[in-house]
Amino acid sequence: MQKSLQTQAGAGAAPPGRRFLLKGGIAATGATLLGAAAARAAAQPDAPPAAPPADPDWSRSLGPGVDDRPYGQPSHFEKDVIRRNVPWLTAGTQSSVSFTPLQHQDGIITANGLFFERYHAGRPTVDPAQHRLMIHGMVDRPLLLDIEDLRRFPSESRIHFIECPANGGMEWRGAQLNSLQFTHGMIGCAEWTGVRLSTLFGETGIKPGAAWVLAEGADGAHMDRSIPLAKCLDDCMVIYGQNGEALRPEQGYPMRLLVPGWQGNINVKWLRRLQIGTQPWFTREETAQYTESMPDGMARAFTWAIYAKSVVTFPCPERPMKGAGLYEIRGLAWSGNGRISRVDISTDGGITWRPATLQPPVLSKALTRFTAEWRWDGKPAMVQSRAVDETGFVQPTIAQLRAIRGTSPIYNNNSIQTWQVKADGSVFNVQLS
Amino acid sequence: MSSFPDRTTAALVIALGVLGAVRAIAGGTQAAAPPDAQTAATQHADLAAIAPVSKGEDELVGHYGYGAVPTAQQIEGWSIAVQPDGTGLPPGHGSVSQGADIFASQCAACHGTFGEGEGRYPKLASDSKLTDEHPVKAVGNFWPYATTVWDYINRAMPFPAPHSLSPDEVYAVTAYVLNLNNLVGDDFVADRTTLPKVVMPNRFGFILRDPRPDTHDVACMSDCRKPSDIHITSSAEHVGLTPRTTGPLDEMEPK
Ligand code: HEC
Repeated sequence: MQKSLQTQAGAGAAPPGRRFLLKGGIAATGATLLGAAAARAAAQPDAPPAAPPADPDWSRSLGPGVDDRPYGQPSHFEKDVIRRNVPWLTAGTQSSVSFTPLQHQDGIITANGLFFERYHAGRPTVDPAQHRLMIHGMVDRPLLLDIEDLRRFPSESRIHFIECPANGGMEWRGAQLNSLQFTHGMIGCAEWTGVRLSTLFGETGIKPGAAWVLAEGADGAHMDRSIPLAKCLDDCMVIYGQNGEALRPEQGYPMRLLVPGWQGNINVKWLRRLQIGTQPWFTREETAQYTESMPDGMARAFTWAIYAKSVVTFPCPERPMKGAGLYEIRGLAWSGNGRISRVDISTDGGITWRPATLQPPVLSKALTRFTAEWRWDGKPAMVQSRAVDETGFVQPTIAQLRAIRGTSPIYNNNSIQTWQVKADGSVFNVQLS
Repeated sequence: MSSFPDRTTAALVIALGVLGAVRAIAGGTQAAAPPDAQTAATQHADLAAIAPVSKGEDELVGHYGYGAVPTAQQIEGWSIAVQPDGTGLPPGHGSVSQGADIFASQCAACHGTFGEGEGRYPKLASDSKLTDEHPVKAVGNFWPYATTVWDYINRAMPFPAPHSLSPDEVYAVTAYVLNLNNLVGDDFVADRTTLPKVVMPNRFGFILRDPRPDTHDVACMSDCRKPSDIHITSSAEHVGLTPRTTGPLDEMEPK
């Protein structure tokens, strides 16, 4: 009896704990009723056993108590919603990337456990009690701060996306990955809490003639990038909080740099050093890497800003259509140069467009949600979104980008994504002429 | 060598990986200067434009008084960044032949004896032209400064034990990597004065001022394209490179 209860109502539910098993006998009567209800529901072929009029087991029993999960987790039915990597992309997983499952992101905030990872030497385990941030170079008073010192400074919280400029980098030569997660998942958006660099640099003072800042991490890569001082003073922050809790180790615990709107790797994680100087350092990560090769052999460096970009998150290859009818197209748009001012939708491959609705909040340098009603006639379609930001910049097509930048830039692919919807509802990543 | 090769590059990398122990560079001087006339003067002007010089700030120094002032020794210990003029390079030196020995024991397992790269590990030497359809970018044909080679090896290599080499050892393997790329002779000794002087063929191959926006799409709303002009140029449908997006993490290794 207990066995049939589990197979009927408990299939896929949490493995029964001790208390759950104790209740088995009590719930047994319920199972009989449920069985009868299931028989009645047989007239409705698709109705699961717990559908009305049945009162399912979870409604007729006690669940685990408040001490069961001191740190919460998603429902285990969501077990497929995880960061995923592309094993063939890199030599190993320590200098590699995992992708946010955008196909399951409802809203503009990326869950901390799903926020994409990009490591250059794996994820270090940094002891916050021993970690220090050093600010030195062209300052009046060099500073050594621990996490407690940092937390005493005036704090601010801001919602910003962070995107790796290699997001979409595998698609320059053609459509390769049939998945929203893998074509667009090197992005996440969070509420970040920390201290403005302008506050910290006010505390150290800045010597006249300073123009550049080197940010360096405490990971094995000692990841480092040069940033104009002006950008640092404008809106950069040292972050210790992420979506209401301590910054995650994957994101740089105990502290990281936030460089709003600029490519991800500059937002140095496990931040340990800020050096102020007159010239950039021309680190390997801003010369050999994170530069874009153009058809004439020249490479663009210091292409920091993320230009306006958007993608339809439903439908997408992972979330196909289920028959003709009325749907809400959903998606995300963002720009490192300010607010998204509009997003247009096309379902015919870019012949006609209509405005989508922007869902508040519409924040500068943050993911912005858009929606549009779509009555699908069940015929093949080409679904696209096109973002425009407050600077007036219009998201380009891949053909437009390629005409100028060729096929070898790797980085900064902000092109319009085309999802091919077939008559059976399946969705594929394609590129158009 | 990029960390994010596209499929074709990845295939190329794997294909070239087995070509193995041939000196990657045929010898002689490097390819001609890149077409666009970047010079020290234009780069200097570009840098000034993208990072304006500060007049300084001193009104609020020490206002909060939190934290400590690091000692000179603490600052020195963490100041590992090296600049193109050699600022930041420590005393010490190392020769190509010393570097060959260290490289064989500490680097070759991943990068190949002659920098040709094992499997998908980066190649450290390349003579491909940057205008090639699939350029292999490495120290010799892409890196603008020899000092950056020292800096990067010192801070990040050997990959499993970063920052474990002594300055002399870093000088030596740097000399060896430069020699593999035919940038210095067999008798080269790297130190804080010789490294900044190494002539790097791609020194002026970088545009430092972001030329974007370089696309000028307009938000056309109707009759934007002729239907007959639109066709699918590529589809990921049958490419077979997508890891699964449900179930446990994929371990696919496509051929
Ligand atoms: C276990 C494998 C491994 C070993 C051993 C190793 N490396 Fe590396 N090396 C890598 C990986 C992986 C990268 C790329 C890391 C990244 O991009 O984040 C790399 C990158 C490099 C690069 C930069 C390549 C480029 O073009 O960007 C240089 C130079 C380098 N290694 C030199 C060395 C030297 C010198 C040694 C020995 C002292 C060494 N490596 C040992 C794995 C290794």
